[in-house]
Amino acid sequence: MTTRLPAQPNEVIDRSKPLAFTWNGKKMRGFEGDTITSAILANGEHIISRSMKYHRPRGVLTADFWDPNTSVQVGDEPNVRASHRALVAGMAVSAQNVWPSLKYDAKAANGLVGRFLTAGFYYKTFMKPAKMWPAYERVLARFAPGGKVDLDTPHGYHDKRYAHPDVVVAGGGPSGLAAAVEAARAGASVMLVEHEHDLGGHLRWGSNDDADALAGLVAEAESAGVEILTNSTVTGRYEDNWLAIAQRNHPIAVERLIKARAKVLVVAPGLIERPYVFAGNDLPGVMTSGAVRRLIAMYAIRPGNRAVVLTANESGDAAIDELERAGIEIVKVIDARTGATVTKASGSKSRVKAVTCSDGSIVDADLLVTATGWTAPTSLLNMSGDRPVYDPASARFFADSPPDNVLTTGGIAGDGNRDELISHGRSTGRLAAARAGVARHRIQAATTRATAVDGPEPAYPDDTRSPLGRDPHPELFRSTSHGMVDFSEDISSKDLFGAAAEGFDSVELLKRFTTATMGPSQGKLETVNTVAVLAEARGETLAEVGTTVWRPPYAPIALGALAGRVFEPVRVSSIQPWHEANGSTPILAGQWVRPEHYGAPQQEVRNTRANVGITDVTPLGKLDLQGPDVAKLLSQLYTNKWMQLAIGSVRYGIMCAEDGVVLDDGVTGRLGDEHYLMTTTSSGAGGVWNWIENWLQTEHPEWQVHVTPVTTGLTSINVAGPNSRELMSRLVGDDIDLDPDAFKYMQVRTGTIAGVADCVVWRIGFTGELSFEIHVPSGHGLHVWETLLGQGESLGVAPFGLEAQRIMRLEKGHFIVGQDTDGLSKAPTTGMIGLLKFDKDDWAGKPEVAWALEGDYPRIVAIQPTDPSIVPDEACQILREGTKDIVGRITSSRFSPTLDRAVCLGQVTPEFAGPDTTLTVQLVNGEQITARVMQHHAHFDPEGERLRG
Amino acid sequence: MLLVPCPNCGPRNASDMSYGGEPHSRPDPNTASPEQWRTYLYLRDNESGWITEKWYCSSGCRKHFKLERHTLTGELRNPPLPGNKTGGHK
Repeated sequence: MTTRLPAQPNEVIDRSKPLAFTWNGKKMRGFEGDTITSAILANGEHIISRSMKYHRPRGVLTADFWDPNTSVQVGDEPNVRASHRALVAGMAVSAQNVWPSLKYDAKAANGLVGRFLTAGFYYKTFMKPAKMWPAYERVLARFAPGGKVDLDTPHGYHDKRYAHPDVVVAGGGPSGLAAAVEAARAGASVMLVEHEHDLGGHLRWGSNDDADALAGLVAEAESAGVEILTNSTVTGRYEDNWLAIAQRNHPIAVERLIKARAKVLVVAPGLIERPYVFAGNDLPGVMTSGAVRRLIAMYAIRPGNRAVVLTANESGDAAIDELERAGIEIVKVIDARTGATVTKASGSKSRVKAVTCSDGSIVDADLLVTATGWTAPTSLLNMSGDRPVYDPASARFFADSPPDNVLTTGGIAGDGNRDELISHGRSTGRLAAARAGVARHRIQAATTRATAVDGPEPAYPDDTRSPLGRDPHPELFRSTSHGMVDFSEDISSKDLFGAAAEGFDSVELLKRFTTATMGPSQGKLETVNTVAVLAEARGETLAEVGTTVWRPPYAPIALGALAGRVFEPVRVSSIQPWHEANGSTPILAGQWVRPEHYGAPQQEVRNTRANVGITDVTPLGKLDLQGPDVAKLLSQLYTNKWMQLAIGSVRYGIMCAEDGVVLDDGVTGRLGDEHYLMTTTSSGAGGVWNWIENWLQTEHPEWQVHVTPVTTGLTSINVAGPNSRELMSRLVGDDIDLDPDAFKYMQVRTGTIAGVADCVVWRIGFTGELSFEIHVPSGHGLHVWETLLGQGESLGVAPFGLEAQRIMRLEKGHFIVGQDTDGLSKAPTTGMIGLLKFDKDDWAGKPEVAWALEGDYPRIVAIQPTDPSIVPDEACQILREGTKDIVGRITSSRFSPTLDRAVCLGQVTPEFAGPDTTLTVQLVNGEQITARVMQHHAHFDPEGERLRG
Repeated sequence: MLLVPCPNCGPRNASDMSYGGEPHSRPDPNTASPEQWRTYLYLRDNESGWITEKWYCSSGCRKHFKLERHTLTGELRNPPLPGNKTGGHK
């Protein structure tokens, strides 16, 4: 049986476009323009869900985004707001929170034992014993409302946008539209954000004149160049008008988060109609006046056949006209302005059948319309730091004193007829544009590189708008009976009285104890009634009880939209295409994708130690330093001395923060008189750059040093192994002499490699082998890499990855900052005592390092497990034998193919740091093994003969 | 999100910046007592009202600069220093 009315003058459905869908498996038809609920109602069904706790049948109450009991499952998407979501052909819609079916719900038995399910029931009942919590959780989870999440649902595309509009108008009703139009005409860039699918607010279900006025305003907005976002919500306002806007109607993205920095925010959300509290107020067939007006005017739905209307305002009066026009019998009008009211709605389990009035009469009816007042959605004002004030004469809250860059218009600012609301909107738009103009001027003037500032700063415009009036309205919250206050959480006024009697009589406590206002409507419908009922229970006024603060988000936002697209770039070296084409296993190291290995890291180590290996070390941080004072800067940054570093030499150094903790380490070479190249750890490159700028800008602005990060400008390749000199000799030009006496360990040369000019090559030994590290202009990196492989074929050259690097450095006992040191490791912990130059006047962290040396600082030591085949995991604890006292930990561990045994680095207390100390290492499985502290950090070639060769 | 007035780039999101806290003059590292040095490292006055802070325009011009911030209201302003084109207090 259809309840669709004949064509309505301003209906939003398109009857020429029928859409097929299913509701709980039943085939149905709606039209384009329908919401899911309007389509279900059109097919003669009116129960949309079962309530959260008592599983009572529920239908449409408000017929908008906040409709509390209309969450449904659509395909694999749970918790869809059916009174807002537009119907799409082929939708498979089903009810949530029902078992076995919407019609016969077994859990409705909860309703019979409802007196046990009062506020706090779960807290109290399932508190003890604590060991039963997992069992309780399993049972209670079955009772939790909500739809089913399909873990196989494909990831939708979500996105983010950054916008800098002059004016954002939140709300596209008559006032908001008018404000947007005038602001745009005054030259402001304007973004108009409307929560619902169409602009117009209450004009959409008004008279034909209203419809004409709306069409005119929309045309004005379009020609004025307003950016209109419908089905989008300003979900939050943060400092300096930073706004989060959820855009739900993006053509590609499932949902898009717009981060808008507005110069002025106009808050124009209109008003939300408040449900009335009385016995039976949650029966299907009880609706707000706004709901019936929407259903009839927009969707041509007959909401019932015999209506009782409780009206306290124009909206209720208009609903009477609308119902009559639609041919629905009005069996009784109760005018709340005269003091009359409704005390009870009663009926079958699924629909209102009779209404009891305050005069004692009982009327047969299947529709009860209530128009008992308005809630001002002050969320964006709360988020602007305003504390709205309750006005008892008009029974709603108004803004107190929002900041100058937040203006209100429309219902949240006052009452008026259509023309008054539009007029107020227009003056608000002009004021917003003028204030935005001043803000724009100040931004221009504050920017050094601004090319032009348009004249002197305009005078700051005062607010000279004529304010909207405030219509008197009776305070109507609860009748003489108890009913639902929070429809989504199943909290009744009786529950609130009970909670107040138990001592939860502050609104913040009451809310948390009962969960009133904490459901999907987030207080939009419930907050004022909750406060009013509490005021009644306390015998106080609503103003005395106060209200809760509305916090972001105003409306739910998809987690996908918050995640959005990931903007962090992935960094790769110029050789990455070769790595990918040659079987490398990639590893993500910070922002970098690097080859972890090419199949057999242990073999890569053996080949490098026996022949020659090459590895891509491009992520190594590189800073080009030029100027007469670079040596002073290096002396300040590193713990060792730099003033005498010869041109053509490189030196290793450790950097400390001012608290003495090791910040970074690396090699810096002097390429020319005033030209140095610094290398840092891969992860430390950005931080060291900042650190250098800090010293140059704040402590020593007199030093002349220019810093350029060249990490990605240079491709870096380490050539290591006994055959590395022979391999290099096949590539270098005449400008680089590789003779061991001409190019010694810890020296640097610049010149031509594989025909590429301006390369830097230095002899260092992270791997412990004779090795050359070359830095090539990155456009030629791949060429040099391939040339090395081609020329080295007869020398047994093979690439090695990050894992082989790590094994070889561990065999050599080189610590890694951040791996073998941590946020508490001061410089002495590294064991590099010889690099701590206290006769140098100043260096970062010097006093702390001096004091640390006097104390019991932990030591990095080389450790070998007694059983050579056991490799303890990194972070395994080192214990004092026979106790649980932790005296250290393993910081690095690998199996060494060179030594055919496990090798480690670790941090231990001084007592356990001496050579040949036996350590007790607790493995992850709890087993304890013994290990020995070695004399040198280097497990292999401690004298370093190989790398000096 | 705070809008931070970089004297070079103009107002920018605080997420473009690094916060340096209240500046503290660096004691002589050769004569400072542990108390003096750790006061420099860790102790900040954090008074109620206008305080001076260091900020670093780490995603923009990479300038270190000083700002004044009101610890009760969150307002930010450029200090009245030569070189700040904004001219300092408004």
